Amino acid sequence: MSSLNPALILVLGALPALVLKGHLRAAYVLLLPVLSFLQLYTLPAGIRAEFEILGMLLTTLHLDRLSFMFAVIFHIAAFLLILYSLHTRDRLQQMATLIYAGCAIGAVLAGDLITLFIYFEAAALSSVFLIWARRTPASYGAGMRYLIVQVISGLLLLTGIILHARSSGSIEFTQMDPGTPGGALIFLAFGIKCAFPLLHNWLVDAYPQATVTGAVVLSAFTTKMAVYALATAFAGTEILIWIGLLMTAFPIFYAVIENDLRRVLTYSMINQLGFMVVGVGIGTELALNGTAAHAFAHILYKALLFMSMGAVLLRTGRINGSELGGLYKSMPYTAGFCVIGAASISAFPLFSGFVTKSMIMEAAALEGYTLAWLVLLFASAGVFHHSGIKIPYFAFFAHDSGIRCKEAPASMLCAMAIAAVLCIYIGVFPQTLYALLPYQIGYQPYTLTHVITQLQLLFFSALAFTWLVRQGLYPPELRSVNLDADWFYRKPGRWLAEHAMQSIVAGEQKMGVWIKRLSFSAGTRLHRHHGPQGLLAKTWPTGSMVLWVAFLLGVYLIFYYVY
Amino acid sequence: MNRKKHRYWLDSPDNVRKLVYGLYALCAALMLLDFFYHKHTNFPFENWFGFFAWFGFIACVALVLLAKQMRKLVKRDEDYYGDV
Repeated sequence: MSSLNPALILVLGALPALVLKGHLRAAYVLLLPVLSFLQLYTLPAGIRAEFEILGMLLTTLHLDRLSFMFAVIFHIAAFLLILYSLHTRDRLQQMATLIYAGCAIGAVLAGDLITLFIYFEAAALSSVFLIWARRTPASYGAGMRYLIVQVISGLLLLTGIILHARSSGSIEFTQMDPGTPGGALIFLAFGIKCAFPLLHNWLVDAYPQATVTGAVVLSAFTTKMAVYALATAFAGTEILIWIGLLMTAFPIFYAVIENDLRRVLTYSMINQLGFMVVGVGIGTELALNGTAAHAFAHILYKALLFMSMGAVLLRTGRINGSELGGLYKSMPYTAGFCVIGAASISAFPLFSGFVTKSMIMEAAALEGYTLAWLVLLFASAGVFHHSGIKIPYFAFFAHDSGIRCKEAPASMLCAMAIAAVLCIYIGVFPQTLYALLPYQIGYQPYTLTHVITQLQLLFFSALAFTWLVRQGLYPPELRSVNLDADWFYRKPGRWLAEHAMQSIVAGEQKMGVWIKRLSFSAGTRLHRHHGPQGLLAKTWPTGSMVLWVAFLLGVYLIFYYVY
Repeated sequence: MNRKKHRYWLDSPDNVRKLVYGLYALCAALMLLDFFYHKHTNFPFENWFGFFAWFGFIACVALVLLAKQMRKLVKRDEDYYGDV
């Protein structure tokens, strides 16, 4: 038991969840993440579990401070997500959640690239069910696109691993050079999973199509696995700073005009991932601490925001900003939790984002990245604008939509309450979180300058929002689709694929006629030579057999020398 | 609204106005705070008076107005991809 991988407890333990019923199942699925967490906690620091298969030494368990921290937050998330999903009777979703969470934990504990690849792929496969479980044509299509992108990322990763292993002779998962062919492919594979610009559309496409609980579950794991992987393999790669900055900046424009509030959250998620990627790119101890801390806090507040929007979707059946409003009257607790999540993502003092995001910005400033720092400041104001204000405002306040519904189910409220308490706890007692960080450094978020400047930034952003709304300048929520990079594969790409398919089908039909003719003439010929009267149907002399064998050997030898 | 129904505090435009004025007052106070403490900064421009305040305001107004223009380019019918 001493070196049992916690991931296995969740992945294998998920199977009985499919047959158990009622309260027993609820208790069982809640207990699993707890058991797994206890196992993680008892693992000695620095433990490595290795075994050899097909001549490769796999390190299935490798615990360092960074992987421990990610494994801890993945466990907390898994518990909260299971709690949140207790209202649903869809067992498949809970099982998928457990397996997916287990795979994410397995991936961050993996010590070699093959193990990492296996968990990445298994996470992709198990998570797609959370999209398909909504059982609509749109979610089926989005799930398919999600799966295709994930598989492409997996193939790139595998190819990269093979090239990397051939050139370096090692499959250990450690710092890599993105300049080598293998390293570049692995970088790209992680980049897809981390939603790099232009590779990001699987996220904004698929997550809003997932089920009520599915979107929350999805928001926690895949992208943060990628952040962990980037931090382990490519820390200090400068191009990540610029990629990360693009990620923080461009999605907030989309978030302002997007109507589907869960899609707004996916855009803001890319924005937050951008901060983490910038931290990885800077690569100093403070920056990497900031990335790890921000990922930790982000999983909680983003889950909280997705949970509140999930509750709204569950109770009203709607998620478009244009159809919601005034829901605080029906769902006061959900509204309150949403505001706490919004305050956390906006980095208000005393909320979690304040003590984590600032480490990355401070690191950028200390390394002299002036432009980067300014873009991050712009993104900080922007995230408050669309996640901090827009989400709660259009769902719970704004004009009263007249919708009257029940408050969210008790299990959902419990999950949201715990997440909200954690968001505030981290904000008020940051040292608890800092103690988990990979590097020991003294960072003090609560300085007078930091608190006042942050409050100025946020309240003047709020002022801008208020002014724009009261002047009638704020763009109204409209039922619409906004074109993004996925247009390329959903319109021209699809057209090409369909036409290629048509010509293949047409070609096949033509071929069919040819094949029929050919096979008919071949049949008559066969009959002529092999039939009862045929020349080749006669018994063959041994000599001709030897001749044929010699001929084949000769061909084989020629090939052998040529290649 | 039906009189029998509970009227919420925010239902009254007067109260909303109170909130908005409260925000104005808070912003003014935060801006003035810059007179009273010494900023510890990394960049010289951070020391400009109210730098974070006007940066936040301008950034958000620019963000929204630009995004509004972006709609002309990217906005399509809801069933554009034919899967709704």
